[in-house]
Amino acid sequence: MEEKRHINIQYDKELREVKDSLIYVGALTEKAIEQGINALLNRDTELARQVIDNDHLIDRLDIEIEEKCIRLLALRQPAAKDLRFITTAIKINGHLERIGDMAANIAEKAIILNKEPLLKPYIDLPRMAEVAQAMIKESLDAFVNEDAALAHKVRKDDEIIDNLNEQIFRELLTFMMEDPHTIHRSLIISQISKLLERVSDHAEGIADMVIYMVTGQSVRHKPASAENE
Amino acid sequence: MPESIEITVKDLNFYYSGNIHVLKKVNLPVYKNSVTALIGPSGCGKTTLLRCFNRMHDLYPNNRYEGEILIRGENILDNTMDLISLRSRIGMVFQKPTPFPMSIFDNIAYGLKLKGIKKTGDQSELVEKALQQAHLWAEVKDKLKASAYELSGGQQQRLVIARALAVNPEMLLFDEPTSALDPLSTAKIEELIEILKKQITIIIVTHNMQQAARISDWTGFLMLGELIEFDRTDKIFTTPSQKLTEDYVTGRFG
Repeated sequence: MEEKRHINIQYDKELREVKDSLIYVGALTEKAIEQGINALLNRDTELARQVIDNDHLIDRLDIEIEEKCIRLLALRQPAAKDLRFITTAIKINGHLERIGDMAANIAEKAIILNKEPLLKPYIDLPRMAEVAQAMIKESLDAFVNEDAALAHKVRKDDEIIDNLNEQIFRELLTFMMEDPHTIHRSLIISQISKLLERVSDHAEGIADMVIYMVTGQSVRHKPASAENE
Repeated sequence: MPESIEITVKDLNFYYSGNIHVLKKVNLPVYKNSVTALIGPSGCGKTTLLRCFNRMHDLYPNNRYEGEILIRGENILDNTMDLISLRSRIGMVFQKPTPFPMSIFDNIAYGLKLKGIKKTGDQSELVEKALQQAHLWAEVKDKLKASAYELSGGQQQRLVIARALAVNPEMLLFDEPTSALDPLSTAKIEELIEILKKQITIIIVTHNMQQAARISDWTGFLMLGELIEFDRTDKIFTTPSQKLTEDYVTGRFG
């Protein structure tokens, strides 16, 4: 990627700082989702507590990154590509912060489930988590490399998650109908599935913004299937 | 936003002193009752282009135009064009305020006299109207007989705008109108430009890109005498189509 530098080198440095911070937070949230799900799969309550504690770091970075972006807007009056980069960064930052919260929510649910007997071996949930994590990673790769094609792929992957979420819900429904004692656990598992579904929505939101940043076109609120690209 | 075209620039070439080719095949529409900003690095030809619109280049010998600048079908580059009447139809405001060494009142009445409006009553009415339009009336109404040089830089610039407005122009050309002014006076001129565009068409040359972004509806980006891109201002400053424009508006030039 060949990019001309700004005449003002400090400006380049500040933009790069925002980008680097977002990549860092992205890695943290990806890890938080992974650990949250592992806390559930391995019935590891200690790990779940760590995930909840670590969310403070993501929250703190959320504020730091937003402040950096606001300072850039105020002091540099960015235009065109730089303006699209900074507005995208602000939105990606918000999405990542919410993903961090959801990882903590998953960990909270894991702590509750770990106190009860295992309802059933988890099969779809780890698959869902894997896809969601890949979506976060790829949406951020798309951001870093200004890769609109990869961002479009992330948008399409959201369908996989939606299908898995539905599948999990149907399965849980059969458990609940057969034995009312499973309702509490089933509902919590269903909530975790819903949280992962929302994580993927945030990854899709990041991908939407990357497409805007690269092409200037807004694809938000349009289903990935409706696109011709 | 009204979209009717006031002026069409067609294949305009301009040469200084006979052979220095400064504007190269420029094509550009100027929309009525809107502000068009011309931006670009120093020496790109934006001021040269601005000065074509009221034939300022004719003040020096051996300058040569090719192509057309059409106002309602009439090519103002024609040799038969009456330049005095053209310049009252298309007024100009320069970088540094250029008040005449006379009273505030006479500065504005000057153009009226040239237009044949000689009755004092008529003059007073039109002078007040022009000063009102330029948002200067409240500040000078009690000292119309004072010298124009007693005014501050920002007030002088608004006086010059009032003088241009007094003869009822169709269009005003602004050449860096605020580069010699403080931020407050700049804000007043910018506000004035936004109000004036409801009545007249405005073209402004500015080195201040934020100013172009703030006050113009359309922006033309020039480089080395060529018009690289012309589009709506919000498009130019958010998603320009040309890489050169992108590099320039984001500060990647040089």
